[in-house]
Amino acid sequence: MTPTPFIPFYLPETPSQTAGPYVHIGLIPKQAGFEIFETNFSGDIAGPGVGGERIIIEGRIFDGAGRIAKDVLVETWQANAAGCYNHPSDSQGKAIDSGFRGWARTGTDFVTGLYTIRTVKPGSVAGRKGRKMMAPHVNFWLASRGINIGLATRMYFSDEEAANSEDPVLNIIEQPERRKTLIAQRSERDGATVYTFDIHLQGDRETVFFDV
Amino acid sequence: MTPEAEFHQRDRDLHPPAYTPVYKTSVLRSPRIPLWSLQNSLSEVTGPTFAREELGPLDNDLINNYAKTGEAIGEQTIVHGYVLDGNGRPVSNTLVEVWQANAGGRYRHRNDTYIAPIDPNFGGCGRMLTDEHGYYFFRTVKPGAYPFRNHVNSWRPAHIHFSVFGTGFAQRLITQMYFEGDPLIPFDSIIATIPDKSAADRLIARLDLNASRPLECLAYRFDIVLRGRRQTLFENKLQGN
Repeated sequence: MTPTPFIPFYLPETPSQTAGPYVHIGLIPKQAGFEIFETNFSGDIAGPGVGGERIIIEGRIFDGAGRIAKDVLVETWQANAAGCYNHPSDSQGKAIDSGFRGWARTGTDFVTGLYTIRTVKPGSVAGRKGRKMMAPHVNFWLASRGINIGLATRMYFSDEEAANSEDPVLNIIEQPERRKTLIAQRSERDGATVYTFDIHLQGDRETVFFDV
Repeated sequence: MTPEAEFHQRDRDLHPPAYTPVYKTSVLRSPRIPLWSLQNSLSEVTGPTFAREELGPLDNDLINNYAKTGEAIGEQTIVHGYVLDGNGRPVSNTLVEVWQANAGGRYRHRNDTYIAPIDPNFGGCGRMLTDEHGYYFFRTVKPGAYPFRNHVNSWRPAHIHFSVFGTGFAQRLITQMYFEGDPLIPFDSIIATIPDKSAADRLIARLDLNASRPLECLAYRFDIVLRGRRQTLFENKLQGN
């Protein structure tokens, strides 16, 4: 890329604003209480042709008073089981299964506060500049009332201890105790594999959030 | 991943901080430990893409996309503009989603109990992909102001919520657009979360008479800037990228 002439240096990024209490209208209208579009983006991202271990990711989001936040938009972005992102910038040379987008969107439930994502477990992805493999992980992005700018974090898997211990991102977190806030716990329920990933916006167990 | 895929560091001074007591809800929802700075990997420079086939023909026409017995009521308005990145380049084929209150200031949402009536013909959301020049446009009715529980007498100025993806997940942005000349803007607690006045001013769409349709509707212009990607000066591409 070469610099573009005639623009004033760099353009400043548009500032963020809270998604507000009614974010569901625009992004998950069904949760707001109505149907409008023929195609709705959802929290179920593993279509029938997608390979890999089927998993459910679920959890709750807590505010600084320990109260469950029941109006939060949750988006996730992940690689497929082979560790490939469905995006042209992924030059690892791995294959993407048709029907795999890798992006999910849902909201925490107005009553229970639970969010649920049905997907496949991602594989390991090459780290920055291909230097070191990153442990399997799912990228999270949260927006809601009271959140002024979207919060980015990552979810890692409790059954990937060896890979987690080598992960270049987990290892830059100075306090080992805080790394644990990013590990989802694996369990089995009614024959399904469930990873529980609770997020704490603030407080003693505050989740690690990233400036990406 | 090539080095030019990385994004410029986000200038957090242009954004509201997490903790802004003027907007009370942020107090208990704001992380207090500094964010961990993360150099971009594939996980940040990639992001979801969307196809035109996924959208319907009326998705960017909020006057008609929820019409049951007639058109939505209110001041017919076009909103349009460009999505650019920090290098001034168009962000093409990116998903722009919008949502808003109706002309009376009421949201079609199970949690909104404001006294203004629901408009049976107005859903309040729309979406579109930018074209190859980064251009988007939609038609709607101008939203009304409404009160919210922040201070005893807090009112939101008329606004439209925007969600934009960009080309990588680290460019993800949700914001709000306001209307030039709205007298409530100086009193708004949400705009006030942005410390930089000139940054806040860029959220105010300008009346665009040239883009209005004579005898039909007014137009407002709102350009959006996402983070730019790095240039690759003197940088060797490493093996295995």
